[in-house]
Amino acid sequence: MSAEATDVDTETEEPAPPATLYDAPVQTVGDQQVIHPHRDEWHEMAITLLNDGWNMCVDITAVDYSAYAAERNLPDGVIPERFEVVASFVSYGRRARMRARAQVPGDDPRISSLYAVYPGIDFSEREVFDLFGITFDGHPDLSRILMPETWIGHPLRKDYAVGAIPVQFKAGGGAADEGVTP
Amino acid sequence: MTVTDGSTDSVPDEKGASGKATGDADGAVDRVESQLDLLPRQGAVLRMSEVAAAADAEGELLEGENDQTMIVNMGPVHPSTHGVLRLMMELDGEAVVRSKPIIGYLHTGMEKTAEGLTFLQGPTNTTRMDYASPFFNELVFSMATEELLGLELPERAVWIRTLMCELNRISSHLLSMATGGMDIGAVSMMIYGWREREQVLRFFQKVTGLRMNHNYIRPGGVAADLPDGWQEDVIGLMEMLPPRLEEYDILMTGQPIWRDRLQGVGVISQEEAVALSATGPVLRSTGVNWDLRRDMPYLAYDELEFDVLVGSYGDAFDRYAIRLNEIRESIRIVHQIVERMPTGDYRSDDTKVTPPPRARIDESMEALIHHFKIFTEGFKVPEGEVYVAVESPRGELGCYLVSDGGPKPYRMHIRGPSFVNLQTMPHMMSDGFLADAVAVIASVDPVLGEVDR
Repeated sequence: MSAEATDVDTETEEPAPPATLYDAPVQTVGDQQVIHPHRDEWHEMAITLLNDGWNMCVDITAVDYSAYAAERNLPDGVIPERFEVVASFVSYGRRARMRARAQVPGDDPRISSLYAVYPGIDFSEREVFDLFGITFDGHPDLSRILMPETWIGHPLRKDYAVGAIPVQFKAGGGAADEGVTP
Repeated sequence: MTVTDGSTDSVPDEKGASGKATGDADGAVDRVESQLDLLPRQGAVLRMSEVAAAADAEGELLEGENDQTMIVNMGPVHPSTHGVLRLMMELDGEAVVRSKPIIGYLHTGMEKTAEGLTFLQGPTNTTRMDYASPFFNELVFSMATEELLGLELPERAVWIRTLMCELNRISSHLLSMATGGMDIGAVSMMIYGWREREQVLRFFQKVTGLRMNHNYIRPGGVAADLPDGWQEDVIGLMEMLPPRLEEYDILMTGQPIWRDRLQGVGVISQEEAVALSATGPVLRSTGVNWDLRRDMPYLAYDELEFDVLVGSYGDAFDRYAIRLNEIRESIRIVHQIVERMPTGDYRSDDTKVTPPPRARIDESMEALIHHFKIFTEGFKVPEGEVYVAVESPRGELGCYLVSDGGPKPYRMHIRGPSFVNLQTMPHMMSDGFLADAVAVIASVDPVLGEVDR
């Protein structure tokens, strides 16, 4: 479904100039528009959205694409990176939703914070910082929120293994001795 | 104003939507760069790490700290914190100056767990998030999966889902009445609310086999059809409830003590609520007329008649009153559903997604293969990403789902309304009394299972 989602329903005649919305490449997924701003324009984009009637930023999350098996479906000109920060917006006036997805490289996981523009994403950005290790520049209190403050590592990264407790079987030997759960 | 490149004008009604940025006569635009000034009580948010708090407890005075105030922890084990919410509060005598919700005590890594479960197993995981409204968690996950699959559901499945969700809204709000009542001091409300809720849960048990954590709504439909005679059960419930709600009115709504404890407590303005991304009764109590059931209809809500309740003062009483009356609206909805419940299949007939009926397995090799495949490997979901949201009793419950074409979600994220609404608490509590903090928590009604996930 995502393949045909790229063609935007416009009345333009010219054969597919890269569709943009708010100066960012745009896709239509289902009934929602998805814009792909560069991470340097993240903060600027949020201000633009706020001023264009997108009242609320309901959610900020991230995805670690380092183990993604399929091909990334991104519009032309967007360079795929390891992380993607996803923000969802709601407009009361339009009764519509929109998403913004910004690529964030794995070796420099930082993006500007939207705290000043949409103060409601305070906790969400802390959560992404906590679980993905992505730094939000300008956030007033970027600290761990779900994991203990002393925790090491970022659990939702794909290279963070799901913990396992070795199971001792009566017969002994085998997997349990090697500390591997079956 | 914003420049939308001419190539796309798929954004409808650009003028009507933006009440905020209006151009001057000479074209200069009044551009809002920050919403922070909409939060007059921004300073009420305590930003202090555990280390700093420990130092404070030792008597070390941090720079700029007020010697007269004291940091006190409320929770995580406290009857009025609805689970394991911990509030670090800076008190000046009896008054709360700043506060910080500290969460994570119930964090079980459900989003990580979801990556290891198939799409069919997913609801068993998500249903445990907001344990007071499990159907909504299952619903939002299933709807996200179905959107990726491009799956259309039979009418009856949709209506059964609507029925269960509305009943769940009732049971969830009843629970909030019960615990909220006890927090404020209406101790007998605890028993009454719980009693009525139990009646609703009894119906859930009849339909799904379980009182909570049902795993009833699944990608592709629901797990089982409604049992024979369900109409009588539901109608019985709906006839039992209104008189009981009248009793609540007598016990709480009209009570001078109740009103004194709630009116004007935990006030939040419309601008603050929107800026803080609050949803659900917290948002509606401020007068914002926004309910996803009506404004972005899903399930069968566009065919049902109901009112969206809004408050006007944004205080704890409004939030209480909205919940109480939402029970009444839900009863109205349920009556309509009972009347109009369509016949037909209760789950999709897509054999790739829906397990075959037991009887078919004995006679059809193909059914056996499908059964085996679905339960060992799971069904594959086309790659893509989707965000779906429903109106849970607490607000916008969203699910962001990414699939890479495999049988398990590549990433599942839940936008929990309790999690986000929790941010309003320091603002509501500031300059109030410690005793009012309890009323504020009760009125925001967070479920910590969903906050921590």
